[in-house]
Formats: sequence, structure tokens, C-alpha cells
Amino acid sequence: MKIHEYQGKDIFKSYGIPIQDGYVIEDINDALPTIEKVQKEFKTEAVVVKAQIHAGGRGKGGGVKYSPTTEVALENVKEMLGMNLVTHQTGEDGQKVRKVYITQALDIKKEFYCAITLDRSQIKDVFMVSSEGGVEIEKVAEETPEKIIKVWIDPLVGMKSFHAMKLANGLGLTGEAYKTALKVFIKMYKCYMGTDASIVEINPLILTETEEIVALDAKFNFDGNAMFRHKDIAELRDTNEEDPTELEASKYDLNYIKLDGNVGCMVNGAGLAMATMDIIKLAGGEPANFLDVGGAASAETVKNGFKIILSDPHVKAILINIFGGIVRCDRVANGVIKAVEELGLKVPVVVRLEGTNAKEAKNILSLSGLDIIPANDMKDAAQKVVNAAINN
Amino acid sequence: MSILVNKNSKVVVQGITGSEGTFHATQMIEYGTNIVAGVTPGKGGQTALESKVPVFNSVEDSIKETGANVSIIFVPPPFAADAIIEASEAGIELVVCITEGVPVHDMVKAKRIIDQNKTRLVGPNCPGLITVDECKLGIMPGFICKKGNIGVLSKSGTLTYEAIGQLVNVGLGQTTAIGIGGDPIIGTTMIDALKLFEEDPETHGVVLIGEIGGQMENDSARWIKENMSKPVVGFIAGQTAPPGRRMGHAGAIVSGGDDTAEAKMRIMTECGITVCESVADIGEKMKAALKN
Repeated sequence: MKIHEYQGKDIFKSYGIPIQDGYVIEDINDALPTIEKVQKEFKTEAVVVKAQIHAGGRGKGGGVKYSPTTEVALENVKEMLGMNLVTHQTGEDGQKVRKVYITQALDIKKEFYCAITLDRSQIKDVFMVSSEGGVEIEKVAEETPEKIIKVWIDPLVGMKSFHAMKLANGLGLTGEAYKTALKVFIKMYKCYMGTDASIVEINPLILTETEEIVALDAKFNFDGNAMFRHKDIAELRDTNEEDPTELEASKYDLNYIKLDGNVGCMVNGAGLAMATMDIIKLAGGEPANFLDVGGAASAETVKNGFKIILSDPHVKAILINIFGGIVRCDRVANGVIKAVEELGLKVPVVVRLEGTNAKEAKNILSLSGLDIIPANDMKDAAQKVVNAAINN
Repeated sequence: MSILVNKNSKVVVQGITGSEGTFHATQMIEYGTNIVAGVTPGKGGQTALESKVPVFNSVEDSIKETGANVSIIFVPPPFAADAIIEASEAGIELVVCITEGVPVHDMVKAKRIIDQNKTRLVGPNCPGLITVDECKLGIMPGFICKKGNIGVLSKSGTLTYEAIGQLVNVGLGQTTAIGIGGDPIIGTTMIDALKLFEEDPETHGVVLIGEIGGQMENDSARWIKENMSKPVVGFIAGQTAPPGRRMGHAGAIVSGGDDTAEAKMRIMTECGITVCESVADIGEKMKAALKN
């Protein structure tokens, strides 16, 4: 689960991490009073206007604007609120800006990158910093990997001062800034642990002209499975930032991801669902979605699955691929029939059922009189659904 | 022979009185699994599964009374990592955690503890394992399996069933099928399981099913090249998965550095593994690989 920069900064604040502070607005009428409030509170004429969307790369896309005067700030807010911000992470359509964050402007002496995440291979957390802040870290990793300093932290032991020292030394910090950085790094790790984050990233963390260390940005990704113990963080979810169909699917406990093709698919199990998409492609088609209906493929789940798949107007044919383990195929077959009847499906449906009671299921489908195309195995199913999509 | 479990394994079910625990424990007993105890804190002294299985308050108690040496976990996600640690500290040798949705931070800590205790963990978020006609430890449909000489190793549940189904269709039975789970942090890795299959004289070949995300398949491929004498047939799910999106499993996400299906398939091929481009070819390719 992702959150906005201003929300991330609130979390940083609660952990005592110094931030570039400000206020967020959603209504253009609040722009002027908020700009003035930021100017007064932080004793600065210049402010920064920042679009709040979940995607990264906002700066390059025109979503972060330094504004030296009130007039410029006002203009920037007007331009940004409601715009479709296109970054390398949003796709061509961009993401609508519904919130704008107005912050103090700071004099930057140096920009750093820092992030904490899990290193799956080491089974430890990895804390990374780089003197090359403010740019894409992937680029740094590729071109100058020696400029990324890493320490690995055993979560049973926690972060120790020697870890923090290695990071601060690696950034070439000295004096008061060095001491502050040590504290900031330790707090950042506490924040990562305390919020069940899968990533905490600050890019950039800056050294100001007055030798202060400040987080200019805050990027979080949280472990959705841990949100039961972080009700406050779960409430920060902004569903405007999510794909509406995927959101709808999650309400039915369906795992759906929209893709660009025209062959819809409904499968039990994530691995088999991916393999089904792959074999559709191999058969010459393009999958329209990933959809895992999970362990319990009931009549209700099948119906909801159809609804979600058909909300995509590009879908020309649907493949249902169920390998029944605990799930009984005869029940799935009855579910398919019920759903097809109720929804009055206009696109051809290919069904492949294997496993528990598969034979009974095939009988049920063939006796139903409905225009359901049975398939014997995955290859057969893929070929049939791709042909059906082409002919529809 | 087989790997990890057989008919002599004495199994304790953690979370036996919950609906999942009750249902699957019943199924396991029907398959022939030797379930000797259940654990539900606060319900010690009661029995479960129509008085067939004694329930204890702790894993430690269940070991004292029944000599259980294997545990299977069906407790809800917030308590699953604790259940793993409890079993490990009590001295259980093999723990299988079926629970889906265990917080990653919990699993990292649990993993470090079980590694210190030298406990073997399978999962979490996995279908478990089955040694054909001897012991089922998990939620796999036992009836689809047939006894034979192929080991099946997979990150995915239903894709494992698909592979087993194809093997049976071409006349190949299995020794043990093991689903290691698709979470970012799991107990038994692919290499761990491959080692066991390599050492098992009854296993003549292995089907290895991976997916996008992480480096496990690539590490396994390199290990196979150096150490494995038996033929391995591989498949990677997610050739059409868009980058940056989590495909159902928490660990199934392309985030860079040879973790795409394409890269994994290339590395596996370079390491001498027979790689199936299509999932439908797993059975036939295994059959052909055995003949060579």
C-alpha cells in the first residue's frame, strides 16, 4: 500500500525525522491563505508547490515547482490542481492531481538518497545511501554502483550506531551534520520497523546551507498483510490513486490486474493464472487480465469474476481454467452456468476444468445447452479461446 | 524413500480447532497421515476431529505427550509467525506453514530464529507437501498423485497440481511433491529441496516450477549445473506479467535484475535445465528428459 508524500512526512514527523514542512490543499480557494500561512510559519517568501500523486518522477513531469513569490506560487497551484500529471511511472494517460502540497523552500547544499528495504537473499534489511541524491537511483546503481553505500541489518538485533556511522561517513558528512545524520538514520529504521513498511525512501535527503539534515520527500510502501495492526496507516489509503476495476475486484476478494489484450481469463491460484496468461500469448492471443479467484471458486465468485472481466470493453472471449483440489469442479460448472444465464454473456466462454469431480463437471456443462466451449487441457483451452476471440 | 516426510512422521496440527485446521486435518488423516496431536491455546485437554485427536495448549506439551516431530500450521496470519517460532523453540524438526498473508517483518524474524535452531520450515503461504501414498502434509488433493520417481518442486499450488496431472497423463508417478510458497521470505528454498531430491535414490528426475520475482530460480539453476546428476525440467510462470505489479503471490513482482521470466528461462537453459516455454509441455518434456 502506498501513501502520499505529505502523509509520509507526517509519519516522519511522528518519529522525529526533520522534514521540509507544509500544508496540503484540495480546493483552489484555499491556495492563497495556505501559501501565506506557509510563508509566515516558516519565515520564507519562496515556497515549493508539489503535486500529490503516488507515482514517482513528479519533478521531471512538472509536478514540483519552486515558487519565489506569492503570485508565482498561486499560478503554479492553479496549473497543478486537476492536471493530468504524466511521469515515467504513470503511463501515457497520467494521473489526475487532486491534492497539492505547499511547502517551505530550503537552501540546498547537498542532496542524498537513502532507503531501507528487505534484502530477500540475505534475509536482512538493507539500508542504502548515496551521495547522488535527487536522481533516479536505478541509474546510479547501473552507472556508478560504488556510489551506493549499503549496510545489512538483522531485525532481531536492530540498527546499531556502527551501521549509521558507515552510512554517514560514506556520504562524507562531518561535524554537526554528521551527528544529526546518525540520529536520522536510526529513526528512519525505527520508522521502517514500526510501520511494517516494505520500503522507506527519502530522495532527496538534503544538507542545507545551515548544515541541517532535512527530508525533502517521503516515499513509503507498506505490507498490506500487516495493516491489521496499523489502522491509522490503513486509513491513509487513497483509492483515487488506484485502478477502479482493480479496486472493485478487491471488494469481492478477487485478485485482478488489467492488461492490454482481449482474452479475459479466470483462474484459481496465482501461479496457474500467470501460466494461463502465458499460454494464451503462446497460442497467438493477448491476455486481457490476470485474475486469481483464490481457493474457493463458488458460483458467486465466478459471477463476480465475469462482471469484473466484462467491465473491460476490449474482452472478446473468456477462458475459465480451474484445477480443482479442494474446489469441486462440478460446483464450479454449476456456478459458470448460473453466471452465464444471469449475466446473459455475449462473448464466447471456454471452460477447462480439471481435478476433483472434473468428469461430472464436463457432463453438467454439455447438458446445460448453453454455448460454453469445453476444453480438455491447457493447450486446447488456449487455442480455443484465442480462436474464439479472433472470430468474435 | 522420499523427502522430508513419510508414514512414520508424527504430526501435530497447530490451529486444529479452526475451520481450516479441522477440514484439512480430516483430509490428511483420510490420506493416511499420522496425526498425533493438535494445538489450540486455551483448549488443552479437549479433543478434536470427533474425539480422534488430543488437543494441547502448546506445542511443547504435545511433544511431551505424543512425541510429535512434525508440525503443520493453520493459524490466522497475525499469529502464524509466532506459531512457527513456538514450534521451532519446542524442538519440532519440520514445520509446514500453510497460512497465507503473514506479515513480511514477522517472517524475517521467524526465519532468522528457525535458521539458528536448525528447524526446517516449508512455507508460509504454500500448499504443503505430499509423499505419495504415505503422508500428506498440507492441502494438496492427494488423489491426483500416483506413486513413482519424479520429484515436483514449485512456488505455486494449483500449478503444482497441473504439473502432477500432466506427469500422470504421460505415465510418470511422483516421490514427493512440495510447494515451497510464493512469499518473499520462505523457509525451504528451491536449492534446499533440490538437495533432498538429489540425495533421494527413488527420485529419478525433478520438475521445478518457478515464477517472476526474486533470484531463487537463478540461484537454483547455477546450483543444479554444479551439483545435480538428475534431469530437471523447469517452467517459469509470468512471461506476460507487467513489470512492477504484484501477481497474486507477494513475491511475484518484476523489479529488476534478472527476475523476469525471460531472464530466468535463459539462465536455466544455460545451466542445462530443460525449460518449457509452454506450461502444457511439462509432462512430455520430463518423459523425454528421463530417456536421455
